[in-house]
Amino acid sequence: MNLLIFIIQLSLVTAISPLCTGIIKKIKAHLQNRHGASVFQPYYDIWKLLHKDEVISRDASFIFRLAPFIIFAVTVFVGFSIPLFTSFSNIFQASNILVIIYTLAIGTFFLALAGMDSGSPMGGFGSSREMTVSALAEGGFIFSLLTVALINHSTDLFTIASANLFDFSQSLLPIILAFSGFLIVLLAETARFPFDNPATHLELTMIHESMILEYSGKRLALMEWATSNKLVIFIALGANLFFPLGLASEATLVAILIGLLAFVIKIIIFSVAIASLESSLAKFRFFRLPDLLLSSLIINAVAIALIF
Amino acid sequence: MFSLFLKIFKTPDNVVFLSNNEINQKAVLTTLKELESKIKKLFHGSLAIRQIDSGSDNATEQELVALSNSFYDVERFGIHFVASPRHADMLLITGPMTRNMIKAVKRAYEATPSPKVVVTVGDDAENGGIWQGSYAVSDGVSNILPVHYHIPGDPPSPTVILSSLLKILQIVESKTLKS
Amino acid sequence: MLTFITSPASFLIIPTLFIIAGLGSLFFRKNDHLANLWISTTAMLASLWGLIFSLSFILFGQELVFSLAPTSFPLLSLSFHIDLLAGFFVFIISLISIFCSLYGLGYLTHFYKKYNIAVFGFFFNFFLGSLFLVVTASNAIFFLIAWEIMSVASYFMVVYDRHDKSNIKAGLLYLIMTYVGTAFIILAFLLLYKYTNSFEFAEIKNQLALVPNYIKDLVFAFALIGFGTKAGIIPLHIWLPDAHPAAPTQVSAIMSGVMIKSGIYMMIRLFMDILQPIPLWWGVTILVIGIISSLLGVLYALTEHDIKRLLAYHSIENIGIILLGLGSALIFYTLNLPELALLGLIASLFHTANHAIFKSLLFLSAGSVINAMHTRNMEEYGGLIKYMPQTALFFLIGSMAISALPPFNGFFSEWLIFQTLFQGIMELNSAWHLIFIVAVGSLALTGGLALACFVKAFGAIFLARPRSAEVLHAKESPLSMRLAMGGLALMAIIFGLFSGTVIIILEKIGTSLSAFSNVTSLLTVSASQKITIMPDFGTVSAPVIFITLGALVLIILFLVKSVIYKKQTVKIGRTWDCGNDLNPRMEITATGFARSIVVIFKSILKPSLQQKIEYHDADSRFLQKSHTITMQMGDVYYTFFYNPLYKIVNALSLRVRTIQNGNINAYISYIFGALIVALFSVL
Repeated sequence: MNLLIFIIQLSLVTAISPLCTGIIKKIKAHLQNRHGASVFQPYYDIWKLLHKDEVISRDASFIFRLAPFIIFAVTVFVGFSIPLFTSFSNIFQASNILVIIYTLAIGTFFLALAGMDSGSPMGGFGSSREMTVSALAEGGFIFSLLTVALINHSTDLFTIASANLFDFSQSLLPIILAFSGFLIVLLAETARFPFDNPATHLELTMIHESMILEYSGKRLALMEWATSNKLVIFIALGANLFFPLGLASEATLVAILIGLLAFVIKIIIFSVAIASLESSLAKFRFFRLPDLLLSSLIINAVAIALIF
Repeated sequence: MFSLFLKIFKTPDNVVFLSNNEINQKAVLTTLKELESKIKKLFHGSLAIRQIDSGSDNATEQELVALSNSFYDVERFGIHFVASPRHADMLLITGPMTRNMIKAVKRAYEATPSPKVVVTVGDDAENGGIWQGSYAVSDGVSNILPVHYHIPGDPPSPTVILSSLLKILQIVESKTLKS
Repeated sequence: MLTFITSPASFLIIPTLFIIAGLGSLFFRKNDHLANLWISTTAMLASLWGLIFSLSFILFGQELVFSLAPTSFPLLSLSFHIDLLAGFFVFIISLISIFCSLYGLGYLTHFYKKYNIAVFGFFFNFFLGSLFLVVTASNAIFFLIAWEIMSVASYFMVVYDRHDKSNIKAGLLYLIMTYVGTAFIILAFLLLYKYTNSFEFAEIKNQLALVPNYIKDLVFAFALIGFGTKAGIIPLHIWLPDAHPAAPTQVSAIMSGVMIKSGIYMMIRLFMDILQPIPLWWGVTILVIGIISSLLGVLYALTEHDIKRLLAYHSIENIGIILLGLGSALIFYTLNLPELALLGLIASLFHTANHAIFKSLLFLSAGSVINAMHTRNMEEYGGLIKYMPQTALFFLIGSMAISALPPFNGFFSEWLIFQTLFQGIMELNSAWHLIFIVAVGSLALTGGLALACFVKAFGAIFLARPRSAEVLHAKESPLSMRLAMGGLALMAIIFGLFSGTVIIILEKIGTSLSAFSNVTSLLTVSASQKITIMPDFGTVSAPVIFITLGALVLIILFLVKSVIYKKQTVKIGRTWDCGNDLNPRMEITATGFARSIVVIFKSILKPSLQQKIEYHDADSRFLQKSHTITMQMGDVYYTFFYNPLYKIVNALSLRVRTIQNGNINAYISYIFGALIVALFSVL
């Protein structure tokens, strides 16, 4: 049983993330009154890209070539270090809040460097915008996770996820405030509306895509997969830290199945929320984004102040 | 407002809504189903298209844009339009290959990773169309790039584009079976 | 053998060796190459001995209190007091100076035939020797003598490259600011002498009850200004961005990595050790100064496109972070939470060591680039990664360390500082935990902005295409410089991987201070380098992160490249440019990269944009001949702080000048008046 949990925890985020992206695209398509691609379409995209050749710019260096592997490895690493369907962990002890945040920052670092590496003007601007958004979002991220950490007196993610319902209802207001701050950070870091349009073709409106414009073939597949991984990681963090319901607390088959079911339901709820948000909002002008991010910081600071 | 979200579960299966019955609804539906299965087989289920405008009058572009609306909806076959030639499998080139765009189209072709397919859309992309012989065009994309397939029409309607794509994929399939 | 190494004689070898090295280099005035060799090897030898001494001392030694032969001056005694804290700082100084001296072997070749290398060696060795004396002196006057030698020697090295007029100006500003600081330090020690009648640190500590509280507050204020000027806190930092770039690179590295830490050392010594017990507002002031310095330091760094100025501003930011740890330690100690105070002290000491390592690494790589390119302006670099790949790798490691990315050393010290601040929020009551919340917010924001700044720096220098023709002539640095950079990069990795061991040693150092003599630390380190803060508040494990990430990268590389589809080819093509030929003007520049952040923070940074247009025909003003745009940052400190101060001092001096009116009758009346006053005071 422990072996089963081990294997699922290692591979769940990586296996299920293209499905999550597919669900969001499907819901958006249905809201636009059309069928849209099948929910498994991102899997076909990744499979096809892994079988294509590559063209690499002659201005690019080893950073460009190495970055997709590092970024993907980072998302896989964070993916199996966070609570997904269990509230205990028998894998490596790397599930501290700050470790997660700064490991994800490694991914952002290399992504921005890779965007600048090929010397394309669009890539450079994408890196600049991405670093601006990410620098401001990090404050809100640390604060929102800090709120739940302080409520549970531990900065270890699995300890937070094993909180019981009584503690939860005691500090409802800080948790709700911190969750709304966390939602803003989720949208910022995973390049969703209103920060970024993941389906745009206009380089002037791109933040995340312009950094991967130069990638092709297997490296592009890894980058796209890493983006989907990051989305599922943030959804898992938001769902399991702020609403730790349905997580398996012992290693029995029934608990695992309930945990997995709860995880899938949470992903679907978040996907519906994100897809409806994307269908009803327009992308904000770039200089309105810092206001949004700094207000996330302030909401979270208020949440922390309210705990005590 | 709530009924908007209920639409997620109730999207109807509307395809083409034409007043005249020249085009057989059923034939169109079978064509589209075949297209989907061909793409699944030959392109691993996903075909990325980059459209390049080599100086056209935008009529063909409007037809291509219409492909993504809720009537024709090419996304459900796994076809999607991408922004960069590095992400593309197929280049759809429109327009009569004006001289000012020769360098750009060549660079886009070189930037696309193989295996790639080059398809020209519209009569002016084949031989210059109504601008044939002008000093500003070079009479068709095939003078500049190795063009594999051609979709005729001025401009071709989305249904014609889709059925031509199906024919193209049938040719590709028979070629891969032969080699 | 061990007893010899940890004995006072062994410590005294270090400054002696440096004095011999300094005086000896003057013999090689005529031969540049021999002078270079002498300087570097003797400095390396002396620093190596310092490393051996400090390592054995920290691990095995006992506290050393000794003094040399009594001098003829009544209040000066050459007394040393080396406890574990001083030993730790000796370790940091030795470690950095080994690598910087090694670097000098290759770097000084650029100054052959232009300036006198022997003179440089004289000042360099005296500078290094005085650094060791500063952290171990136990008599205030002896300390001040060593402090003066350090300041003067570094001044002469700041103005070493004297053909550039801006370096001379920078040196003058540095000299003025450091003397203002020294004046405040002297005042502080004089006040302490007045009440305790001694200049010895040990005696001051014992007799502290004789000092009234308001004098202690004055001493705090003066010491903060004095040592803060050396450390570079805002608003006393204005000399840092000018002086550090002006000096030769290994001197910049030592100044930025080690010399400003001497200010931190004395702050720890005074506030944590000698002047205890202290009121609460001292710790709060230092915490607030830390918040302001870290945020403003990184914001100013983002606006710079001179690479060394950028690194100098990052030093200010990291001093702010160290002060965050120190301030919280002081606050916890006053509020009777000594375990948390020990945690804060360990965090700031760890960050001191880490910052010394990665800042020196960054400065040395920057110097290597500047040597090849002969300019400090980042906008003229670009694409250097193909010409200087090893320098690029070392700069990358330095950037990842300073942005606190795991698994390098910067992450673990920032993790500790974060945990200290988190504990503060949890343990303190509502009045004080608000300031800790602000501190966490500022640290989080600082981390994010530092990451952005180093993406900009690394990208503008090394990536993309060359922005100027000079890049094509760039060559990789000589072996000595690369060895030095590689050694420091290895140190960064080692301090990260073995952060558990470092924390155990720092615990031992912290508990050796009299303030913490019976305190059990909150940190436990397991055998596999896993660090835990009790009671189960947080854990981090360096080898786990390192090995797992490394293994994942290798597995994915192997899977994707060799297993999934082996028949793919990779073609080298052109950057997708939409059909236009890309020229260097089309890449993102360093200024453009940071412009978004500058505009967001424009109320703090006050950017200004001035345009000047020249027309072909001034009357019709239709066709432009030239259009010049100047972008500048507003200088807040000169406008609001230093210029008014300067005007007041100037006005006062003009008033006082009227006494010296050249009239001999007036002078005689002054003598007469002074005589009358003296006679009356005797009566």
